[in-house]
Order: sequence, then C-alpha cells, then structure tokens
Amino acid sequence: MDDVAERAKAYDFPIEQGAIRAFALSMQSDNPAYFGADAIVPPAFLINAWRWAPEGARAEHGIPRARLLHGEQEFEFIGDVPRAGDVLRVQEWVSDRFEKAGKRGGTMEFVVVTTEFRNAGEIVALMRSTFIGREAKATNA
Amino acid sequence: MNALPRVGDTADERVFGPMTTEMFVRYSGASGDLNPMHYDRDFAEKAGYPSVFSQGMHSAALLSTFAGDWLGAERLRRFHVRFRDIVWPGDVLTCSGEVTDVALTESGHRVVVSLALTRQTGAAAILGTAEFDVDA
Repeated sequence: MDDVAERAKAYDFPIEQGAIRAFALSMQSDNPAYFGADAIVPPAFLINAWRWAPEGARAEHGIPRARLLHGEQEFEFIGDVPRAGDVLRVQEWVSDRFEKAGKRGGTMEFVVVTTEFRNAGEIVALMRSTFIGREAKATNA
Repeated sequence: MNALPRVGDTADERVFGPMTTEMFVRYSGASGDLNPMHYDRDFAEKAGYPSVFSQGMHSAALLSTFAGDWLGAERLRRFHVRFRDIVWPGDVLTCSGEVTDVALTESGHRVVVSLALTRQTGAAAILGTAEFDVDA
C-alpha cells in the first residue's frame, strides 16, 4: 500500500470558497459550515480534486468503460477538515484489486483506488473509490 | 453542546425532490463530472436508457447534506456509500439515519450511524455509514 513506485504523479488542489459554495448548493445544503471565507469542504467535494489532475496523475483502474460501475465511495477526514484557502497535495494509487464470481458464470473485477490529501505534509483526508467491472458475457456457456 | 446520541436514536427524515435534470446539471457543473449520460437525453437513449439519470455521487452528496445537518458537518469524520439503484428525474428521495454505535475516544465519543437514501418505490438507491466525533 505504501509502495511509492506505484503511485501516480502528485498534484496541488486549491480549495476555493466559491467552489465549495457551488458544490454545497448542488447538494441542496444551507449548512453554514459550507459558506463563507472559512468554509469547510463537504466530504464528496474531495472528488473535485480530479479536475486539477494533470496527465499521469490518475491511477488507472483498467476497466473498460462499457463494463464500468462505480460500486462504493468512502471519504475520511483525519485531523482538521480542509477549508477554503488550503492547498492540498493529492496523490492516488491502486490499493486493492480482486475478483468475485458473478451471477452469470463469469467474473466480476473489483479495483480500489485510494486518494491521499496532504496539507503541509500531513495527511488530512483519504478517499477510496471502488470500481466494478461487470462480468463479460460467458463465451462458452 | 447537544446531548450524546445513543444507539437506536433516529434522525428526522428529510425528503429531496422530485428530482429534475436541472439538479443533475447543477451537480455536473459543481463536481466536474461532465458525463453527458446525466443531462443529454439523446445520449442516454442511444446508450439504451429511457432517460437521463442522476450521478450516483449526486445522490450520495444529498445524503451527506442530511447527515451533516443531523450530527454536525464539522464533526463528520467518515462517510461511506454503496450505490444500489439508479435515481431518475421525477424521483422523490427520502433520507433516513440511525445511530448504530457510540464509542469512547481520547477526546470524546465516536458516533457511528447507518444511512439510507430511498426512492419512492421503497428501493434504497444509496446505503451509507458515517462517523462523527462528538465532544460530549
């Protein structure tokens, strides 16, 4: 899991007050925590990091788009919740890869991508995305 | 602050919707998920769907709104969701939550809750868990 060689390229993710506000409105929230100059980020806002990712910064799950499902998503805050004005250093990697038998005699593929968020060197948040490759049609049934 | 939640405590339910394509578009813009499946009807129909449908993360974000309003956005430490069913335009979504564990920590308590976002059909579109740090 800490095999640095397999990590994608790190990049900076600036946390902007206006971006938090737009995201909070899209999730129909009027919670004061998400508005103002020192707004904190809602958990799902961390996915916005990807729009700042340069080439080579995304961990490749390798599942063809036609079979791709987003199975699970997890967000964890460690220490202070990131807030407007922070610049987070983001890095991700494939943290787990396994298969399960599908219901149609094929195999379902699971890939977990972990994304780490650091503020001034300290890990402040983690995100885990579980992608599922649906079983391909059985060819020799 | 508030009294310490107890196992079995439930939140007042919150209803979102009826959902509209405009809501999906707003989430697309705010999240950067520009997959046309969620706002381009021709694109969705060509892919074999009856209409556009919501991003799973959009529904998950609505559930996080509910969770944060219940036990405190600043105190939310972990939020986990599983995607179970598709949310369509016109759907009415009900959020519910129940405290499943309260554990002592060095600085207070860690409160664990189960969460669900349920369509008007009764099917859960999102099942989730969340953890909050409570000073009490």
